[in-house]
Amino acid sequence: MLAIEVRDLRKHYGDLYAVDGVTFDVRQGEVYALLGENGAGKSTIVEILEGHRSATSGQAQVLGIDPAAAKRDFRDRIGIVLQSSGIEREFTVREVIELYGGCYRERRSAEELVALVGLQDKLNARIGSLSGGQQRRVDLALGIVGKPEVLFLDEPTTGFDPAARRKSWDLIEQMGTDGTSVLLTTHYLDEAERLADRVGVLAKGQLIAEGTPEDLISQVSGTTVSFMVPDTTELSEAPGVFGPLLGTEVRISGRLIEASVEHPAEAVNRLTSWALDAEVELESLSVRRASLEDVYLSLTATDNEEAE
Amino acid sequence: MMPFPSTIRLVVAQTKYQLLTFWRIPVAMFFTVGLPLVMLVLFNALFGDSTIDTPDGSWSSRQFYTAGLAAFTAVSATYTNLANMVPLRRDEGVLKRWRGTPLPTWTYLCGFILSAVIIAFVGVTLLLTLGVVAYDLDIDLAKMPAAFVTFGIGVGAFAALGMALASLVKSASSAAAAANATILPLAFVSNVFIQLDDPPRWIEIVGDIFPLKPFVEAFQDCFTPFVEAPAFNWASLAFVAVWGAAGLGVALWKFTWEPSGSAPRRSRSRRAETV
Repeated sequence: MLAIEVRDLRKHYGDLYAVDGVTFDVRQGEVYALLGENGAGKSTIVEILEGHRSATSGQAQVLGIDPAAAKRDFRDRIGIVLQSSGIEREFTVREVIELYGGCYRERRSAEELVALVGLQDKLNARIGSLSGGQQRRVDLALGIVGKPEVLFLDEPTTGFDPAARRKSWDLIEQMGTDGTSVLLTTHYLDEAERLADRVGVLAKGQLIAEGTPEDLISQVSGTTVSFMVPDTTELSEAPGVFGPLLGTEVRISGRLIEASVEHPAEAVNRLTSWALDAEVELESLSVRRASLEDVYLSLTATDNEEAE
Repeated sequence: MMPFPSTIRLVVAQTKYQLLTFWRIPVAMFFTVGLPLVMLVLFNALFGDSTIDTPDGSWSSRQFYTAGLAAFTAVSATYTNLANMVPLRRDEGVLKRWRGTPLPTWTYLCGFILSAVIIAFVGVTLLLTLGVVAYDLDIDLAKMPAAFVTFGIGVGAFAALGMALASLVKSASSAAAAANATILPLAFVSNVFIQLDDPPRWIEIVGDIFPLKPFVEAFQDCFTPFVEAPAFNWASLAFVAVWGAAGLGVALWKFTWEPSGSAPRRSRSRRAETV
């Protein structure tokens, strides 16, 4: 059974096409990440699936139910972590967990939840006294207090310190292995690469690529070679010099030059031979496997060019 | 699969938590419950044993201002309190969060309203008790049923009007300003603080148009000796009830769960008809 099924979904605000014909599925127990810049349409899609917003056209089903017509039973089976929604500041962590948990059919205890999100020593602290990152972890706890079958996470780790982020990643991964289906939006590519079974890349309301992180990475040429342009070469001449050496187009940001190459051994051999002949050093030379970031940049770059 | 918690249990839990919120916000406590008590002490110090003379006889003015302050406490606890707190919770995104849970949304609003009514009851009781214990306030038991009914209709109507204001005003800061800007000037022309002796015609008209004065007068009737028991002022109560019904209509029509500006352009969230 599919946890989430989206078919040709559209949401228009006047002539603004926030979501413009999006189709994807989330399988049961899968962690699916929607990637995209701010305004790409991620949150709108998630809010339609949560039942907070209605679509202009197209179909959306969560657990086989249309969220726009959904009732209490539906909300009992999903968990929502919104991008920004407050929690009663006057209550303690234990109180909000018990208050919110009290309206679900099945619930997790306050002790279990604080252990899961790493707030054991804050159980009796008022929400208003917590840091932004700690409040976000309470958000996460409230999202899973009702043992959801589908969990919506809208940019769940924005504002987290690195340790808290790892902890949340572990938690989200665990949700995935427990059979909970997770729809995650994020603009952190490392987060998607680490957590997602599959990734959908959104730009301007449309899904421009979809697949497992590995698939997407292998679609882009496998290996990234980068180094600093040597002082002996003018920056404007760099693409003309290094493009042919690497056998592909290069990207330049600052003095850093970067290229995705098909055959790294050949390319690096030509490059280093050139450097030895010219007696220059290639500062910061690195050869690494392409990451989701490279995929994303190349996808959105093509998209921007097409738009222009 | 376990059943949902019972509706009564949910309403009780929500009411309990709203009362706890109120208890933990000292400024709300002070303005709603504390300030009328302070004013009662001040009025007694200022006016003491003064009497009001009318063709029907003369009586202590404290019977008037104590009942007036009590009525105003009930209005603060419902109208002002709800018009402040509901938009605040909406701005914070708390309403939207609740909307995503299986809690029936009307249960949430019910908790808000019931807690306001309880606060009103406690505030009025404290005020009257202080009046009796410290200042010889005269209570006629035969009129207490009328006092209860008047209180009930008043808090119902002003709670509905508070929800209406909370629905019309989009941000918490402007809602707080609008609540005070509407109720405070009105209090001065509605016999709350001062008994107006032959006021200008327009002030009388303003007082008569809005529901505060009829409510205050109906409540005062239950405490002033010149009105005979049982002291039901049905005409005024009907007038207050009509205002309350209008407020309820506006609240149901205009209520929103989402913070303003959370969605681009005219995407007002689903409204209270789905409550």
